[in-house]
Amino acid sequence: MRPILRKLSRDLPAMLGLAIVVFVLLLAIFGPLIAPYPEDAASSHLTRRLRPPSADYLFGTDNLGRDIFSRVILGARGALSIALTVVTVAMLIGVPLGLVAGFRRGWLSETIMRVTDVVLAIPQLVLALALAQLMSPSLETAMLALSLTYWPFFTRIVYAETRRLSASMFVDALRGVGAGTGRIVFLHILPNSISPVIVRATIGLGFTILVAAVLGFLGMGATPPAPDWGLTIAESRVYLPKAWWYVTFPGLAILITVMGFNLLGDGLRDLVDPRIRRSR
Amino acid sequence: MLRFVLRRMALVLPSLLGLLIVTFLLIHAVPSDPAAALAGDAATPEQIARLRQQYGFDSPIHEQFFRYLDKVAHLDFGESAFSHRPVTLDIAQRLPATLELTFCALALSVFIGVPLGVLAALNHNAWPDYVLRAVSVLGIAMAAFWVAIMLQLLFSMQLGWLPLRGELTSTMAQPPRVTGFLVIDCLIDGRWDAFVDALQHLALPAVTLSLGGLATIVRFTRAGVLDTLQQDFVFYERAMGYRWLRLVWIFVLRNSVTATVTQIGLLFGGLIAGGVVVEAIFDWPGIGSYTVQAILTGDRQVMLAVTLLVGTVYAAVNILVDLVHGLLDPRLMEQE
Repeated sequence: MRPILRKLSRDLPAMLGLAIVVFVLLLAIFGPLIAPYPEDAASSHLTRRLRPPSADYLFGTDNLGRDIFSRVILGARGALSIALTVVTVAMLIGVPLGLVAGFRRGWLSETIMRVTDVVLAIPQLVLALALAQLMSPSLETAMLALSLTYWPFFTRIVYAETRRLSASMFVDALRGVGAGTGRIVFLHILPNSISPVIVRATIGLGFTILVAAVLGFLGMGATPPAPDWGLTIAESRVYLPKAWWYVTFPGLAILITVMGFNLLGDGLRDLVDPRIRRSR
Repeated sequence: MLRFVLRRMALVLPSLLGLLIVTFLLIHAVPSDPAAALAGDAATPEQIARLRQQYGFDSPIHEQFFRYLDKVAHLDFGESAFSHRPVTLDIAQRLPATLELTFCALALSVFIGVPLGVLAALNHNAWPDYVLRAVSVLGIAMAAFWVAIMLQLLFSMQLGWLPLRGELTSTMAQPPRVTGFLVIDCLIDGRWDAFVDALQHLALPAVTLSLGGLATIVRFTRAGVLDTLQQDFVFYERAMGYRWLRLVWIFVLRNSVTATVTQIGLLFGGLIAGGVVVEAIFDWPGIGSYTVQAILTGDRQVMLAVTLLVGTVYAAVNILVDLVHGLLDPRLMEQE
């Protein structure tokens, strides 16, 4: 573990990514304590509508006089909890399916991988939008729709790893000494295939924040007055071009957060996958 | 060659069948009553019952599935609840606009992205490489809908250089519809002013849509070229006195773009999905804005047709990618 961490600490972009992720995580946890006007998540102040950025309101105020700086900070919690929920659920579906499909042969394995291919063959956003609409739009259905469209990525990865590992010598050795299937799969194959899953999950967190923002933007996710970044951008469109600050800062928040997860994910991939030549 | 193509097509068939099943389940696994949704809020129970019978919602599920297959085979997706026109007709009318936008975006990404990727690789760990890497990291992390609005804000609202939305200035007469591609139709009609106007309308949405792909292509081209440059044949040919640029553009690039081609194929799906939002923001009269409209109004027939269309296009693109792989690297075809 130690040499890995040392290697990661030498990877400057990855460290920047880690710093951003930790920063956003802190905002998500302590947001209400950090934000200068935490009550602006819900309450409105019509006397100070659409003020440009100033010392009092760093990112300006929105159409209801709420401090955008505070709302961007408060939005971190929503964005991260959506992303964490979606990726966790997707892993809970995708990883077991990948293990079964990879370790077993025959029709069950075939069926799982066929279904995986089909779901992968539809662009995620389109499928998620269709699902979210059919289940009557809300934050919960948006999360469910995103999970239901993201699991195949994990199945693919775990399937490939399991196939590779179950053909390897040490699994034969384990069978030879009488280890049961459950023991081999859960104690040996799963831990050995977990690192690409972690890499995918890290990148998936950033990706999910991006797609969830699209859903929020289209009004299929968070509902007002939630300080959701995507939703805020949608609300700001009516007040353009006058209130440029209204649309700019929530978008930057999305950009920086997603970039953080991507940089960290890329760094982790370089660490765990020595097969990819390090061409940085 | 033919065998290679046929084999690839056969591999896609189960996926397409799966797509049909998934879309069917999507519609039928939903706990709400489709007949009630079709009839609207003011319908009486008798009207709903009649609709249910008319659409066959009361027959067993496998019968419904076969009826569904039959309809899909005849490209019959019913009527849009919003436009009250057959969905197939709506899609046929809107498809060229989407293709026009998608191809322009794809062309921008490829023709700018590949040279930039080569440039980054040739300047490995020098400043052009650092700049391009930073830019591609940003490009992947940007939300397209935000970029679209920011570009509108800057170039349309503040500077007034480019039109805000639509395909053509509304006061300008539409050219007669020949190919459906507006830019080409303007040229066929010999209308230079309309052609320029259409291009100006195309600029912002195409640029927005191309950014994500551009970043991906720069990244993969760079990695591919870096890998190839380390191979022995490059060293050998350099020693033989080949001109360096000629060597890079012809031999190195051809051996480096396999991963990029895969990415372009994957991008196509991403472009169609990304186009959904970008089209809606720029009021582009294509499939994307149609989809958003359908989603906001709960127009199921349209959503179903669009999902099928996108899935099929995606499968077709995958076959195409395999073919291009085969052409770039004939060894692949012989392995079959």
